[in-house]
Amino acid sequence: MASGVKPRVKVPKTAAAGDVIIIKTLISHKMESGQRKDSDGNNIPQSIINTFSCDFNGQNVITVELHGAISTNPYFQFKATVPESGDFVFTWNDDDGSVYTTTKSIVVG
Amino acid sequence: MDYTRRDALILGAGAATAVFMPIQAFASASDDAIAAFTGGAATSDAGIELTAPEIAENGNTVPVAVSAPGAVSIILIATGNPNPDVCTFNFGQFSGSQSGSTRIRLAGTQEVVAVAKMADGSYAQTSSVVKVTIGGCGG
Amino acid sequence: MIGSNLLRAASIATIASLAFGTTAANAQSLVINDEETMITQAPAAAHLENLDEVFSGWLFRTSETQTLQMDDFDNPGMIFVDQAIDQWDVVEGAAGKSCASCHEGGPAEFAGLRTVLPRWDEEAGGIQSMEDYINKCRTERMEADAWKWSASTMTAMTALIGLESRGMPVDVAIDGPASGAWELGKEIYYQRVGQLDMACANCHEDNYDTMIRADHLSQGQTNGFPAYRLKNAKLNSIHGRFKGCMKNIRATPFAEGSDEFRALELYVASRGNGLSVEGTSVRN
Repeated sequence: MASGVKPRVKVPKTAAAGDVIIIKTLISHKMESGQRKDSDGNNIPQSIINTFSCDFNGQNVITVELHGAISTNPYFQFKATVPESGDFVFTWNDDDGSVYTTTKSIVVG
Repeated sequence: MDYTRRDALILGAGAATAVFMPIQAFASASDDAIAAFTGGAATSDAGIELTAPEIAENGNTVPVAVSAPGAVSIILIATGNPNPDVCTFNFGQFSGSQSGSTRIRLAGTQEVVAVAKMADGSYAQTSSVVKVTIGGCGG
Repeated sequence: MIGSNLLRAASIATIASLAFGTTAANAQSLVINDEETMITQAPAAAHLENLDEVFSGWLFRTSETQTLQMDDFDNPGMIFVDQAIDQWDVVEGAAGKSCASCHEGGPAEFAGLRTVLPRWDEEAGGIQSMEDYINKCRTERMEADAWKWSASTMTAMTALIGLESRGMPVDVAIDGPASGAWELGKEIYYQRVGQLDMACANCHEDNYDTMIRADHLSQGQTNGFPAYRLKNAKLNSIHGRFKGCMKNIRATPFAEGSDEFRALELYVASRGNGLSVEGTSVRN
């Protein structure tokens, strides 16, 4: 696992059934692009988060494929429809095989 | 030594040639990336919107937003980057709108392209030129 | 009156309106999370001979960069604050303590502290910055290793503690026992150094609000530190920024945590007395 990786997500705590809500996500990650050289002139290999996904109650909201041009500390904002109460599961897949996940619940009432 | 006007012109011409070649190479890499996404299909210029700053204060973190109602996926391409691929948004069942925002790296002033694949199999494309400034001390 | 240089700058960057007297595409008022209003413009402190008003660096940034600081979620610096919240409870050192072991009230115990730092410390017999106090806790109470001045753990912790003072005006003391260091800081501020033979004042007092290549020069205020810079995508300490400036003018920088930089930190902070503490800010 890359060091110091910390996910943050922002999801409203409540919504009405069928509401479209805004979700924001941010994760601390260097996103080494593979384009840089170290002090000896050798290429620093790419090491990025390559996939981000958000699911709600087991169904997909959005899946993003990332490349080296996504900035350090990747940020995404998108919208989701919430038909019912449940859990949003956020998943980031790192090139090094690590998987970071976090969950946020929303109450529809 | 002092540079003469003539020296400057010669240097300038050399630099222009040197810069010209890679731009061509990037353009073709971008075309390839777009073709890989669309399968070579024609793209319409309606139904997709890309929001990017006209001038980015720092190429490290350029906020962009893309929206294409009815899309199943949207690809972002930075035509002037060594690797033009930026990201692909794929929208699922609970997607609230076919839109997304992120922050991207741009290696210099360039055209950023967004292509959407619509649910009916058609494609829409738009682009935006972002000027990336080269800072003094802050950049 | 400032603003005279802005017309030529306006074609390059979108510039603030009221303070700088031109077009209005970027924001003038910094309200964070729609509820906390920052003082980004204030009358200059009495000791400032050459300025009438002081301005937060936030005013000098483009609207996109400004926006990043207007919502704590959009502010990438806040992920490091989150890391510091976790660090707060981490037990380290021979004494088996974490920050929380002593500071039971949490970081909120330090509300207001950022506004008065750096300050004269009788016990230390000199000027102390927040980094000094954090390391004192670590070495004396926790019996743990000191953090490097600009270590990521250190900048994150100064961000967390500084956040408790957000919105409060900077109010460092420059008289009494602090006056010697303050005078030294002032001397450093106006002293031309390096191969480019420049002083802090040449850019940040004489030429703020002009463009240095494509950069919009600010007054070099420290009220937003630690600052998340787009340039390096991390939190930057005040001393780290001083070091960067000195390198830019091809001078040999003082060391981070040196008495010279503490003195300069005090003097520069005093130039921003009256501006809100913004830490954790977002800058270019």
